[in-house]
Amino acid sequence: HLATSLPLPSERDHLRPRIDLVVFMIDIKSKYSLKNVKTSLAHVDASFFLGKVCFLVTGVGRVNACSIETNAICKLGKAYCSPVLFCELELEGIRVTTAQRLTRMLQICAGHIPGVSALSFASLMRNSDDD
Amino acid sequence: MDETVAEYIRRTVLKIPRDEIKMMLQKWGFLSEAQLQTVNFHQIKDNISQEVVQLCEENSADIKQAAVLDIIYNHIYQDKRMWSVYQMKKSGDELEYFDVTDFKKKFKRRLRSALKNVTITFKEYEDNAIWIRVAWGTAHKKPNQYKPSYVVYHSQTPYVFISASVLKSNMPLLCQALIVACNYHDIREVELRSHSLNSLKDIVFKRYSQNFPTYTTKPTQGGNVEPENADIRIVQENRSEKERIHRLNEEVFGSGPQPKLEFAQYRLETMFKRDPKMDVLDRKEPFRCLVKFSSPHLLESLKSLAPAGMADAPLSPLLTCIPHNARNYFKIREKKDAFPQSFVSP
Repeated sequence: HLATSLPLPSERDHLRPRIDLVVFMIDIKSKYSLKNVKTSLAHVDASFFLGKVCFLVTGVGRVNACSIETNAICKLGKAYCSPVLFCELELEGIRVTTAQRLTRMLQICAGHIPGVSALSFASLMRNSDDD
Repeated sequence: MDETVAEYIRRTVLKIPRDEIKMMLQKWGFLSEAQLQTVNFHQIKDNISQEVVQLCEENSADIKQAAVLDIIYNHIYQDKRMWSVYQMKKSGDELEYFDVTDFKKKFKRRLRSALKNVTITFKEYEDNAIWIRVAWGTAHKKPNQYKPSYVVYHSQTPYVFISASVLKSNMPLLCQALIVACNYHDIREVELRSHSLNSLKDIVFKRYSQNFPTYTTKPTQGGNVEPENADIRIVQENRSEKERIHRLNEEVFGSGPQPKLEFAQYRLETMFKRDPKMDVLDRKEPFRCLVKFSSPHLLESLKSLAPAGMADAPLSPLLTCIPHNARNYFKIREKKDAFPQSFVSP
């Protein structure tokens, strides 16, 4: 399901299946994109932040067009205990790899992988130099 | 043949891309087909232009013919120049029959009576456009052929499109001559400028696709908002919002291609509204600010702002009124009465 912002329109509530993973896409070339994601985050129930939320930063290939600092995004990821993925949608290889990663995460979030739960993401994604 | 004319022809030919030189010389018609056959158009441009100058020498070209070649080049590459729009006003309502020869005579006479050293060349095109090229001199100097002004006049309209040379001091003279020749009594500059002459004509002659407000409350069919997703597994949550934006956009911009403008400029002469506690400006002077939007195709990019999610629909009327008001230069002043809001001045 694709949406431009949250909350989701209520008229489609009855058509929506259970949500297993919420991916917030931030376009690194647009400050408006980050602002939009930040306001949408307020509409997400707290229980999702136990591994069912992920930030996907797109457009990182165009270094000259970056409008947002990666620091700000990593801080956001830490604040919401959710992993941050970086990708470049214009390159097919990276696009495919990112899609595979997300699908894998989704399978785990949906409970399709026995023995692994979404709660593990927080610890698996931790940086080695974090406290 | 005068060597200044030879040099001018040589430089004009050098401006033309190599593949188009033959076509343009044929359009010019000054050199015969037989003469053109003798030129090798596959060598380097330097040599081509030398050969062309040789042939012109044989035909004894003068500056008048060279000027026609220059008009032809500028007609084809009109988008390289910046064009301004002028509107003429008639005193009465008389519909006069337009006579081209009379027009040319009056124009030349008026201009020459003020300034002897000018080169004036005319060329008519099928779309009723008369192209005028004027090279300016002074009382003591011969005309500078490398900085001419170009005027495009459509005889059935009160509009003139001018691409002035750098020598702006000749504008009043040019305007005078135009009013006299066209039988109007006044001329004023419209705040509309662009590189695309055709787009200026589209805006001013109202030839672009405008959307007239239709009072239907039923929204447009949702089917044509975006191409059908080949993958039915993708669900668009905000479909109705997307449709609303699309509909608003259509209402404002119409569904056809937009005229091509490169920028819109807003000069703010508004008062700086400050918190009385902030001591930013003691004097009650207008806050001078210039906002300029530029783009290779401004109106198309404005049209795509809301669908791309970069702006809220509907867009500010200051942006969307551009083609309708035929202007891309605005002065925004303070409204001097009870309502402290700014408005757009004519």
